[in-house]
Amino acid sequence: MLTFLAKGLLRDRSRSLFPLLTVAIGVTLVVFMDSYLRGATDAMFAATASFVCGHVRVATRAYAKAGADATNELALLGVDSILGELKRDFPDVTWTLRTRFGGLVDVPDSMGETRVQSPAAGMAIDLSPESPERKILRLEQSLASGHLPSAPGEVLLSDDFARRLDVKPGDKLTLVSSTMNGSMATYNFTLSGTVRFGVSAMDRGAVLADINDIQQALDMPDAADAVFGFLPVAGYDDRLASRLAARFNSGRDTTDRYAPVMETMRLASGLGSMFDLIGAATGLIVSIFIVAMAVVLWNAGLMGSLRRYGEVGVRLAIGESKPAVYRSLLAESFLIGLAGSVLGTLAGLGLGYYLQEVGIDISGMMPNATVVIDDVLRARVTPVSVYIGFVPGLLATFVGAAISGLGVFKRQTAMLAKELGS
Amino acid sequence: MENGVVISTDKLVRKFKVGRTELVALKEVSLEFRRGEFAGLVGPSGSGKTTLLNIIGTLDAPSSGTAVVLGERVESLSPVRAASLRSRHIGFIFQTFNLLPVYTAYENVEFPLLLLGMSQSERRKKVTDALEWVGLADRANSRPTQLSGGESQRVAIARAVVKRPELVLADEPTANLDAENSHKILQTMVSLNHDLGTTFLFSTHDEKVIRYLRRKISLIDGRVANDEVRSPNSD
Repeated sequence: MLTFLAKGLLRDRSRSLFPLLTVAIGVTLVVFMDSYLRGATDAMFAATASFVCGHVRVATRAYAKAGADATNELALLGVDSILGELKRDFPDVTWTLRTRFGGLVDVPDSMGETRVQSPAAGMAIDLSPESPERKILRLEQSLASGHLPSAPGEVLLSDDFARRLDVKPGDKLTLVSSTMNGSMATYNFTLSGTVRFGVSAMDRGAVLADINDIQQALDMPDAADAVFGFLPVAGYDDRLASRLAARFNSGRDTTDRYAPVMETMRLASGLGSMFDLIGAATGLIVSIFIVAMAVVLWNAGLMGSLRRYGEVGVRLAIGESKPAVYRSLLAESFLIGLAGSVLGTLAGLGLGYYLQEVGIDISGMMPNATVVIDDVLRARVTPVSVYIGFVPGLLATFVGAAISGLGVFKRQTAMLAKELGS
Repeated sequence: MENGVVISTDKLVRKFKVGRTELVALKEVSLEFRRGEFAGLVGPSGSGKTTLLNIIGTLDAPSSGTAVVLGERVESLSPVRAASLRSRHIGFIFQTFNLLPVYTAYENVEFPLLLLGMSQSERRKKVTDALEWVGLADRANSRPTQLSGGESQRVAIARAVVKRPELVLADEPTANLDAENSHKILQTMVSLNHDLGTTFLFSTHDEKVIRYLRRKISLIDGRVANDEVRSPNSD
């Protein structure tokens, strides 16, 4: 009987090919959308963690409260001791010092007079050869010219910024800024190289200096804006970050505005609502796809039932029982759902994997963007991608057939002769 | 089944509700049919022919009275038991053939045997025999769309008789056929009735069919107006 049903399915394209394509396309879209949204979210999290606040950030309460308006005068003091404490208490987390600074970059000519000046936003990090920052910020991969700083007083500029200033590795630069106490500060650097992060907001005009040089330049001995922590997990785990923060903050002085406080990326980046929104939007988009697919398949099942009205009537008249007819409709839908879901999942995974490996360059779409996000959007294929489309694809087909097939039980056998005779 | 009686009805009544009106389609119909009969229910539209055929075919149940078909009381049959009785012992032939369009003639004829769970070799033999009886062995692999109306009806007959049922019910089987094809179909059924001993019961008002009947039961307004045993072609 199964062979008989399979023959019918293969020969009648409207009851096999159309539902199969519907399931396959629906499942492909669900799988691809899920991996794409995961990839996009990951890229945003990763860029935010790398450049803005880490997965967790330790700063003064005042600095944390000031958010984007925070200045160096609210910096954390005694950072060597705090860094040591963090490394001891949370050894699995990678900890680094970060200081943001702003000012003017002055490029002198051969006579020592100003040739060109430009405002710049800078980031002070540990640029020593053994520093984890090299990996976190992918400095080696991002190097566009020259070399990474290997001696005190060496600095990196973003490649676009260096072109605008018309400077090359080896040229001298002067940073004109203010100390953490508000005095004017000047400091001479040598450009060791240029970098291109593929993050438009950083590539437009960033200076990367060593944290020791900036501590000296801005009169910040044993001080830094914050200590960034990077969790040993792929993506961002908000629950783990929250546990760390709760443990660090437990028993600390909450009245001293200069006391250290640990915040999760969710809080420190100010993107908490956006995180929630992205999560909800992802769930919503996937849900809409699933519901739409179920409705289409249910409708396809109803259309199929109408089209096969005569066939079902003959089968009932010949002596097939209603439960047997119903079971055969379910078996057909199961086969269609299974085949469509397998095809759709494979296609979705293939597309997702391609986008994960190759990505889409969106830098041209956001030349003036201030959002810190990777210029190349990538998908992320996860184990969830395997079943997020497969299970709904199979269920939607089966449930669609189960609901539409109930019409078999409403069929009045007393009317069969009249229906089949007309 | 005493004395070869395959169907017996006693004071059979079937009422339908049409809106608030109660329509009585059969009024105390009492009949008996013996094994091997070639009989027809004759009468104008609305006389109750199809209703009686439905009850005898276990597709419907009487409102009152009794109908015993092949030893089973129709009024007390469960739907599953009724389906089982149809699949084993009753063959149906419809006016519009109702072949399953995606299957070949062979597969259409094979379908009732699949319901009975027969082995493939047994099915092959029975289907081949049935197609030979109706003269369509060479069209076994044709789809219904590739068959003429007469050929389609002959496939439908093969499907009805392939399981060697004791009873074949035919509802206006020649209504969609021309005179020549009707004649061929009826001759096929006559020879099957003769060779296999199958009981044929028709519902018809087609004179071409009536000429072949050996028993003609006239129904008027749900009552048996006349029950006549006759020689074929006696009209």
